[in-house]
Parts: sequence; structure tokens; C-alpha cells
Amino acid sequence: MSLAITVLFYLATVILIAGLAYRIWVYAKVPAPLKIATTPAPLTKGGVALRLFREVAFFESLFKSNKLLWLLGVLFHFGLLLVLLRHLRYFINPVPTVIELVQPFGKYAAFAMVAGLLGLWARRFVIDRVRYISAPSDHLILALLVLIGISGISMTFVSHVDVVGLKSFTMGLITFDWRPLPSDLLLVIHLFLVAVLMIIFPYSKLLHGVGVFFSPTRNQVDNPREKRHLADWARKLEENS
Amino acid sequence: MAKAKIEVPELQEYPEVPKIEPGAMAHLETFKAKAEFQEALGFPGELSDNWQEQAIEAMGDMLGKYRSLKVYMDSCVKCGACTDKCHYFLGTKDPKNMPVARQDLMRKVYRRYFTFAGKFFPKLVGATDFTQEVLDDWYNYYHQCSQCRRCSVFCPYGIDTAEISMAAREIMDRIGLGDKYSNEIIGKVYRIGNNLGLPGPALEDTLEGLEEDVFDDTGVEVKYPLDVKGADILLVTPSADFFAEPHVDGLIGYGKVFHEAGVSWTLSSKASEAANFGMFIGSYENMRKVSLRIREAALELGVKRIVFGECGHAWRVAYAFLNTLAGPFDFLDKNYPVPQHILEFTLGEIEKGTLNIDKSLNDDMVLTFHDSCNVARATRMGDKPGGQFEVPRAVIKAVCNNYVDMPEDSIREATYCCGGGGGLLTDDLMELRVKGAKPRMEALKSVTEEYGVTHMAAICAICKSQFTKVIPYYGFEMDQIVSVHQLVSNALILTGQNSEGEADESEEDAA
Repeated sequence: MSLAITVLFYLATVILIAGLAYRIWVYAKVPAPLKIATTPAPLTKGGVALRLFREVAFFESLFKSNKLLWLLGVLFHFGLLLVLLRHLRYFINPVPTVIELVQPFGKYAAFAMVAGLLGLWARRFVIDRVRYISAPSDHLILALLVLIGISGISMTFVSHVDVVGLKSFTMGLITFDWRPLPSDLLLVIHLFLVAVLMIIFPYSKLLHGVGVFFSPTRNQVDNPREKRHLADWARKLEENS
Repeated sequence: MAKAKIEVPELQEYPEVPKIEPGAMAHLETFKAKAEFQEALGFPGELSDNWQEQAIEAMGDMLGKYRSLKVYMDSCVKCGACTDKCHYFLGTKDPKNMPVARQDLMRKVYRRYFTFAGKFFPKLVGATDFTQEVLDDWYNYYHQCSQCRRCSVFCPYGIDTAEISMAAREIMDRIGLGDKYSNEIIGKVYRIGNNLGLPGPALEDTLEGLEEDVFDDTGVEVKYPLDVKGADILLVTPSADFFAEPHVDGLIGYGKVFHEAGVSWTLSSKASEAANFGMFIGSYENMRKVSLRIREAALELGVKRIVFGECGHAWRVAYAFLNTLAGPFDFLDKNYPVPQHILEFTLGEIEKGTLNIDKSLNDDMVLTFHDSCNVARATRMGDKPGGQFEVPRAVIKAVCNNYVDMPEDSIREATYCCGGGGGLLTDDLMELRVKGAKPRMEALKSVTEEYGVTHMAAICAICKSQFTKVIPYYGFEMDQIVSVHQLVSNALILTGQNSEGEADESEEDAA
């Protein structure tokens, strides 16, 4: 089992990184031929950076749209962020003070994360409009995340995992000095599901995290009158006509 | 006319999001373009047997040319933030008019042919083959989107359904399935110079008529020049301004402002149309070809500046795309923005104090202002973000005493489309136009009841045409829609104007 999880994690990491790099390369390569910023839009690059920051840090547009959805989204994403920060202790030795300080918050943030996910899932059943647009994959991804959250919470609050053994396993992964995984069914389930998540990430809607930075309506400077914007294929079109 | 057949939605005091009614608008299909109209735009005349192959190839081509399309196909998480934001959904209850569902009509095809999951697990991710049935849905529902971008404001990733409906229309055009309304009009622009097909001599007559009208009204010789070489300003305005009500009152207003400002200006018979329907069909090539007329006219006439009249989508193409499509405009005077909006010009004159305004001449009206969707969410006026909201309001308030805004969630960046934008201003879509106007009508009704609003000002030829036609269905009068420059025209006292003559004439007008 230890060997299988080890191999799976290397595979998942390669797929995640290569997949994300490929996606970013594709998005960067495709030109945006026209200025289509959703206005009012910033007039400078600094302003655009701030707009993207507000979008990613505060979910600004979502807040404008729907307060309950925003709240559920914030609970999930920021819960997940704290949980991930807490997990850094398994990959850094010695553990930095900041990560030490995050530990108690990260512990309970897992509940916020799962609560947010369950709320988001409930919307897919309760609201007729959201039910209409939900595909099986939308439910499965939520199920995956909820199971990851619950299995993780269980190891903290119900059936404690051997964290010392786990850390020697994870540090072994990083240093290529492989150690056995503590034998614990919950842990195996948790790690397996996380690996699945990493593998599907670059090929599913989970990619939205990358997409927002490449969204022309959000990342363009509002200066079309001042500065001529021309894509390469459009330049060729001009030269040939 | 068709009025009796359409079930007009009931206006609610507190608008609610309706329960979905699948298929509610599936019957509505706009007329298809005949082969001759398709071919004039460089598209095949009709569907061929291998249309599916051609469509997928066209989609692949678009995905490599438009980052927006590629990113938006991938990024949607189906959160539902946009589901209650489209005026067509709110008015028709058809779930395929929810922005995400409209996008999904393309996304399910994209996933099937361009993604790993869709190729191997189509059911899991809601991917489907590009069947005739899917194509029918594309044609119907991508012609029930006015490309107003309201959904893009509320999407956490900025996904703009307009980009997707434009791409869908381009793909359909490329396989020989075009919409009659837009494609026929673009052909008219190529042949005659404007959307309405007014030839040069008719234009000249109309403008002479306007000069006579203004002279009779004011005793002042205000000129409405056409094709005058060496003029400073080329005015490009939607062709509806030449004769339709209330558009023409706006054109009269532009001329009066230019007259008082003491600038020389001209219209052009070659660029006698501001609108660019190439945008509606998502065709870069056609949009560029239509735009180049303006560049050619500016060069031929030797003007120094280009000013656009009141028009929404036209201002989007002018403000955001003209420099790209037909630039660089280094032959024009660099002291002025290229192009400039007529409202920017007029506000500048008001601030300089060149206009003698008597606001009380508009005291018979209580006004509100409809932010046109494409002006609000795709352009700017002035030098600050949001100037597109402030400049028109500043002009209205400078010429009127009574002004109130409609509810906050229906104006500025959250403004609702009039219901006729994006190439849908055609009689065969009247049911959609009436239903799509519902959110705006609710907002108008609320200020009518609360503040006694009598008139709604607009700055777009499509908004003006759509509202004058559709608001009677909701119990309003068509003359409650006014042009912003009509208000300017009413309140502007021309130098040397005979004030007694004015009084006499207005009585005559009323008769």
C-alpha cells in the first residue's frame, strides 16, 4: 500500500504540474484580438493588478451577484486555504512559526470548508436554476472534496493518525528517501482522494483558478483610444488585404 | 399586428426570479439569411452535407484566435451566479436563456470534440455530439442573446456570454446558417453606405429638410452639412438619426451644439452609418470592412476629428475597436480623443460656457436615464472609469431641472438591455423583445409611480427604436422615450434666436 501511494503521488504531482503548465501555455499563446474589458475598468496595469487581486482575494464579482453564494464560496475556499497552510507542516522541517500559528485555525477551518461545500452542494438540489445546469461531474467533484474534508477531519478529531510517521513519509517523498506510510485506512483514503483531485485538476472545471487571470474582461487595461491593440493574426489580415 | 398573440409579462412591484419553464422559447426562430445575403459577406449560401465537420473545424479555428472563447469554455464552474441576471431569462423563464445554459450549448460541443473528459466520458461532463438538434438550439438561443454583457459583470471569472454568442454566430455563418436581419443589413452597408439603405441624394434632402425645420423654429440658419471637404469634424451617427423619432431630434441637437460651438463639421454619405453589425455576428473581417469606411471617409474629407452620435453598440465598436480595426489615426488632431462621443463634446461645451441653456424649457418633463448596455459595460466616456455613466447624466442635469435615477440594480454597470440589442431588433423576434424588456419596464414603472417620471432618455438608436415599439405593450406611450440631445436641443437658446418665434412654433408643433 505504501508503495502504491508513493507512486500515485509522484504521478499526480507530475500530472498536476505538467497539466497546469500546459494550460497556462495554451492560454498565454491564444491572442485576445480585441479590447473587451468589462467596464468600468482600470486605466493602468497597476489598476488591473488590483482588480484581479480583489477578484481572487474577495470574490468581488460574486459578491455583487449573490451574497449567500459568495458566503458559501468564501467558507469553502478560505477554509481550504487555511487547511492547506496547516498541511505545510508535513512538507517543511523545521516547521516555520507562521505555520505553527496557523495550526489551530487550520484545524477548525476544515469544518468551514466542509460546511461551505455542503451548502454549495445543497444549491444544486434546492435551486431549480442551479439543478438545471448541474452535470454529474459537478456533483462528483463536490463529493470528492467533501470526502477529502471529512476523512481529514476524522483523523484530527476522531481517530488520530500517526503524524510523526506521516511526516517521515512525506519528507521522504520530497527527499527521494522513501519511508513507509503509517498503516491507517482513513489516511490511505484521504491521500488517494487527494491524488485523484490533483490528477483531474488540470483537465476539469477546477481550472477556474487559472482562468480568471487570463480572462480578457478582467485583465485588460481600458485604453483602446490611447493605444492601438493588434493581434498577430489580425496584423497578417491587414497586410494581406 | 402581432400584438395580440404575445403574452405580455405582468410587471411586479418587487421583481422576483421566476421558476424555470424548459422550452418556453424553443419555438422562436428568427428568419434565416438567403444565400445571396450570405455570399455578399463571404459566407457559404447554405448548409452543406458535411456542416458538422465544417463547424467543428471553424470552432477549432476560433478557439485558437480568441483567448476569451478558449478561457470561457474551460473556466465555468456552474456556480449559478449568472442564472438570474439575463433580462431574457427573467422575461421568458426559459432556462436556456440563463447565461450559463446559453454558454453550455457551445460548451457541451466543445467538451465533446476538444477535451479529454468529453471525448472519453461525455455523459459525465454533459458533452454531446454536434447534432442537428443541437444546431437548432444554437440558432434559436444564440439569437436570443443581445450581447449586453450583464452576465459578465456578475461572473466571478468574467465569462462574457456575448463573446460566446458572437463566436457561435460566426461559426454558423461559416457553415452557411446566417440570420437574415443582421446579414442583410451588413450587405446594405456595403452597397449603399448605411443600415437603412438611404442613398446619398435622399440623405441630402433629409438634411436640407432639417435645416428648414430648425430655421422655422428658431430663425437661425443652422447647417447640417454632407460631404464637406476640409471640415474639422466628421460626425458619424446611426442612420436612424436621419428620420426616425425620437432619434432625429437628437441629430437636430448635435447640429445646434456644433453651431453654437462654432466648429465646422460634416456628415459623410460614405460613412453614413455609425452602427457596425459585424460585431453582432462576431465577424472580425466584416467588422473591419465596415469600420474602414469611416477611415476612408475621414481621409477623403480631410477632417481633423471624428465624433460619434448617440448609439450604443456603435460606440462600443468605435471606442473599443475602431483603433484596432481601422487605425492608426495618426492623421487626426492628437489633442482630441479618437473617436470622441458627442456627449463628451457637448459636456465640454457646457463646461466652457459656450451654450446658452434655459433648463426651464424642459420643465414639462420628469426624466430618467436608461444606461445603454454596450455603452455602460464595454466603453468609457471622459477620462475616468465610469465616465460613461456620469457624462450623460451631467449633460441631462445641465439641461433639465427634473431628473431621477431608476433603482440601483437596474442602472450603471447593472443596467438591463432594452431587449432589442445585438441584432435582435427585428419583427420576427417581437415576442422576445417584449418579454426581454420586462426588467427595464419594472424599473421605469417604479420611478413613474414613486417620482412621477414622465420620460426616459436614451443614447442608443436600438434602445430608442426598441422602446418606442415595445413600451406600449406595458401601458406606456411611445413618445415617453427621448434622445439626450433632444433635451439639449429643447433647452439650447441659439445666438440670435427669436424667442417669440419659438413660442409660436411650439404651439404649431402641438397642433
